Amino acid sequence: MSKLELINIHKSFGERKVCSGINLTVNDGEMVCLIGASGSGKSTLLRCMNLLEEIDEGEILLNGEDISLPGLDPQQIRQQIGIVFQSYNLFPHMNALENVMLAPRRTHKRSKDELRPEIEELFKRFGLADRMLNYPDQLSGGQQQRVAVIRALAMKPKIMLFDEITSALDPELVAEVLDVLRQLHREGMTMVLATHEMSFAKELADKVCFLDAGEILEEGPPEAIFSNPKQTRTQAFLKSVL
Amino acid sequence: MLTIRQAHAKRVKQRSITIAVISTIAAIALVYFLVPLAPGWPAVKKSFFNAEIFIKTFPTLLDAFMLDVMIFLWCAPLIAILGLIIALCRDVRSPALYPLRLFGAIYTDVLRGIPVVLIVYLIGFGVPGLGLSRPWNSPYIWGSLALILTYSAYVAEIFRSGIESVHSSQRAAAESLGLSPSDTMRFVVLPQAIRRVVPANMNMFIALQKDVALLSFIGPVEVLRQAGVYKSLYANFTPYVAAAVIFLIITIPATRFADHLMSKQQRERS
Ligand SMILES: Nc1ncnc2c1ncn2[C@@H]1O[C@H](COP(=O)(O)OP(=O)(O)O)[C@@H](O)[C@H]1O
Ligand SMILES: [Mg+2]
Repeated sequence: MSKLELINIHKSFGERKVCSGINLTVNDGEMVCLIGASGSGKSTLLRCMNLLEEIDEGEILLNGEDISLPGLDPQQIRQQIGIVFQSYNLFPHMNALENVMLAPRRTHKRSKDELRPEIEELFKRFGLADRMLNYPDQLSGGQQQRVAVIRALAMKPKIMLFDEITSALDPELVAEVLDVLRQLHREGMTMVLATHEMSFAKELADKVCFLDAGEILEEGPPEAIFSNPKQTRTQAFLKSVL
Repeated sequence: MLTIRQAHAKRVKQRSITIAVISTIAAIALVYFLVPLAPGWPAVKKSFFNAEIFIKTFPTLLDAFMLDVMIFLWCAPLIAILGLIIALCRDVRSPALYPLRLFGAIYTDVLRGIPVVLIVYLIGFGVPGLGLSRPWNSPYIWGSLALILTYSAYVAEIFRSGIESVHSSQRAAAESLGLSPSDTMRFVVLPQAIRRVVPANMNMFIALQKDVALLSFIGPVEVLRQAGVYKSLYANFTPYVAAAVIFLIITIPATRFADHLMSKQQRERS
């Protein structure tokens, strides 16, 4: 059971306001898609959710508890909220298995032998069992991104965040990564993703939020947003990408 | 069978090799024939390139050089460790640890700002001057310390540049997994940073091997001092040339190897 609520989130970089009063609820097992032009604040919002950025104002409730309060241990919280980035960010000096094992080994204080079966299981689940011992530069972009997803999942997070994880991929590799998201959605993972894949959002999202200049201008089920947008800015954005 | 293009490429390559060989031979011949024409050459030849003295002094000088190697061998690991510690001091982000940062910055600025030979003098003569008893008055200890302090400042800067060259997205990825800052440094940043600066550090350690000779000023009879003893004994500079040859035997292959590593890394990164 996991539920994430953002209440009145504000965030600026110096003079530049990047989130101005964002409210968002992600229910257990839901997939919420953030769409919006480049620079509208999608990445920043995701980074705030797992405390990579500190918010200026507002509350971030994970199952009802405010995780944004100063003084809480950010490491402890990040272990419960996984994030995958556009540029994979695998550790180049470790093979896929070591990439995945590092965090559980260090933070959960579990030995390699103890972890190995469940990690292998994860690789199998996402069709990468034969790639475990490859280094990142021996993997395709799609495979690297799937390893990055596995690495985040190995921490057994309650929520997963995805920041345009297919944007850096060659077109023919996008599908395999989207399949991983489909699978996670089926398995009941609660997730928030910033995406440019509109057809994917249309197909799977429970809720779509259109971000514009740091605000959620419009939100609703994908049918409503995509076929019948209310705001002219949403209409213009959708027209430009579809 | 070669295609026309391959045959042409081969001809071009052979021609450039031939030209290179001929011009090199010509240059050497020029030096070989012209230099002896200089009026002072017979005297220089006698006092710097005396084969007899070279052969007589070389084995003992080689022995003395082993002392240089020993000093190098105990200094090098200490320099690497201290350099890394200073580099880490300069990277701490928490405000409570700001004094460490400041210390790191002052340390590297001061020690890189003074000529090595001065530090060798200051520490090598200064500290034993405090009237310490044996073995604590040994010039080996204080001379080595002078080298360790100086070189660790340079090595720290090299490590720091390596740490900074690791992209911030790597730290973000590690921290987003819930790793602590120290684990992030230890398992994610440092392994990449250290690998990247191996060639730069090798050049530093080659310089160290040469600078060990500076300890001759404060006592230890290593190769430079031994050469000086022979110079006085035979009233001839050939032992210095022999010492230089001994250094080159070590430093040329090492420099070549460092260059090779450096260009290999550059190729890999592009
Ligand atoms: N670390 C930062 N410092 C300053 N400005 C930033 C920083 N990160 C993002 N921004 C700015 O915030 C705005 C939103 O960026 P971002 O969240 O990356 O948008 P998106 O992911 O929707 O493209 C942009 O104008 C960007 O320049
Ligand atoms: Mg972005």
